Amino acid sequence: MLMQLARASLWNRKGTVLMTVISLTISIALLLGIDHIRHEAKSSFTSTVSGTDLIVGARSSQLNLLLYSVFRIGNATNNIGWKNYQQVKTHPQVAWSIPLSLGDSHRGYRVIGTNEDYFKFYQYGEKHPLKLAEGKVFAGVYQAVLGSVVAQKLGYTLGEQIILSHGVGSVSFAQHKDKPFEVVGILAPTGTPVDQSVHIPLEGIEAIHLGWQGGGMPAPGRSVSTEQSLTMDLEPKVITAYMLGLTSKMATFAVQRQLNEFKGEPLSAILPGVALAELWQMLSMVENMLLLITVLVIVATLVGIVTTLLAGLKERQREMAILRAVGAPAATVFLLIELELLLMALLSIGSAFVILVAGLWGFRELLASQYGLFISINPWHDQTALLLTAVLGLTLLLGAIPAFLAYRRALASGLMVRL
Amino acid sequence: MGIVMSAHTDLKIPALELKSLVFSWPGQAALLDIPQLKLEQGQHLFIYGSSGSGKTTLLNLLAGIYPCKYGDILIAGQSMAASSAAKRDQLRASSIGVVFQQLNLIPYLSVLQNVLLVSAFAKKIQQAEQRARYLLQKLGLEQQLWQAPANQLSVGQQQRVAIARALLSQPALLIADEPTSALDHKHRDGFMQLMLAEAELCGTTVVFVSHDPALRAYFKFELDMEQLHKGVQPC
Repeated sequence: MLMQLARASLWNRKGTVLMTVISLTISIALLLGIDHIRHEAKSSFTSTVSGTDLIVGARSSQLNLLLYSVFRIGNATNNIGWKNYQQVKTHPQVAWSIPLSLGDSHRGYRVIGTNEDYFKFYQYGEKHPLKLAEGKVFAGVYQAVLGSVVAQKLGYTLGEQIILSHGVGSVSFAQHKDKPFEVVGILAPTGTPVDQSVHIPLEGIEAIHLGWQGGGMPAPGRSVSTEQSLTMDLEPKVITAYMLGLTSKMATFAVQRQLNEFKGEPLSAILPGVALAELWQMLSMVENMLLLITVLVIVATLVGIVTTLLAGLKERQREMAILRAVGAPAATVFLLIELELLLMALLSIGSAFVILVAGLWGFRELLASQYGLFISINPWHDQTALLLTAVLGLTLLLGAIPAFLAYRRALASGLMVRL
Repeated sequence: MGIVMSAHTDLKIPALELKSLVFSWPGQAALLDIPQLKLEQGQHLFIYGSSGSGKTTLLNLLAGIYPCKYGDILIAGQSMAASSAAKRDQLRASSIGVVFQQLNLIPYLSVLQNVLLVSAFAKKIQQAEQRARYLLQKLGLEQQLWQAPANQLSVGQQQRVAIARALLSQPALLIADEPTSALDHKHRDGFMQLMLAEAELCGTTVVFVSHDPALRAYFKFELDMEQLHKGVQPC
């Protein structure tokens, strides 16, 4: 009966109710959306690299090492010796390794010198290996495999000749003009920094720097032609970092300690999962602020709704007196107002979900292609139920103010409401 | 007085009894001080009083909206003073019908839903729906109006629906608070006759409050507020 009353009463005021539901829908959609993006960002962030047990580079902080090796942000403090890397590779616990040589770029995108193991062992997300969308993995010295974003943004197709720049700025004064690379493969999108990278063989890195002096400029009169370079010894002397896969997870800490205490040169070995979590913690400040703001938006919306209800109470005094006259307890008045609010809140939650899912679905393509963001269209997470319960609780709590006032008035003014 | 459809078999128990009822607002002199009033089942009483004489307060007390702190009101033998607020609500739902001046109906519910509203709060009304249809028909409301929203009816029609609602539970007591004040002369006459005839059929005692002395012609028994305070009995 109360339900029937609440529904009819809401329907009777459909104009106001519609506006109320719309404003609540927007703020709930905002809350759910922010929460969803927060989750997606975290899971995408913390799964930027997976399957790798240790990342090793020159001694530095674990965040710095993580940033330049995985996110391609910032620079290494130092290089590490190729010989020492070869030695570590023979460690009985090491199952696979990926060498990384950084420091060059192509039109603002980082160039990664590596070998075919990168395409075999690099994993992201839930242990997804890299996949080629087009072409094949590099086999020659002057060949490159592009990340999906690089290929798309710069409009490159297979067979394109690209020129690398020395250094990592988008504008570089020193270009490796004499040694162009041919695009032989383009990777499928991953939603990770891999998409923004240009991959070339370690030998390529070595070749373009032949005849260069330590200072990062070609030495005059010592340039080496492309043909000449292929006949020379292109084994690298140094690399920037390497990723390790171990035969057993159990060995991780032991190997990490051995590497950190490596005699040959000062190394840092980090657990990518731990470092990612630490980095995320720093970023989560922003994320929590965002969530706080949406919570405040919800509170503001609810306060607005309660104000509307309070203003409408006088008009409904008659209605309440009639209910009292037919034997409704005063509590019915309280419950009716709360129930109406609850119905409006549930309706808003429902439409917020519909709008959110439709929006995510509609923008999915755009987000993936333009921003490399892969956002699931299902905005439901473990804590969503909790979040929505909190919204409902807050609604009922704030709604208790007009409901209680109506209740008090129903008790005091009795049946004969003079208008 | 012919009692045809009485739901109240024990004629010995008065439908309404007031025992030294005193009511005052906090910090004020007593507004009501009624030593005694007894109405038999089926008796119709006209209470005349000017505004401010405590009529409204009396009706709120009779309906069990206000608790009676001093003295007692008995509806068909059930004490208001001894009842909790919830029990008084229950008593009102099942034993008391109320008709207001106007705006008796919830505007967004249909006519039939308005009449049946009582059955949501009364313990059990036998064949409520059938009885609602019967009453609406008897009160001259055509069937095509039953599903219409209440606010589409004329004031006269609305007041007749209000009678149907007030009598649905065959209450012991019908309280009417100037229900004709919004009606013109012609409709007023028809309304009074219908209301009193239906009340009589149900065996319901009527307490009719008004400041319009012209209406006393419809009643066998009448008292004004002053007489009430003196404990004069209707006879």
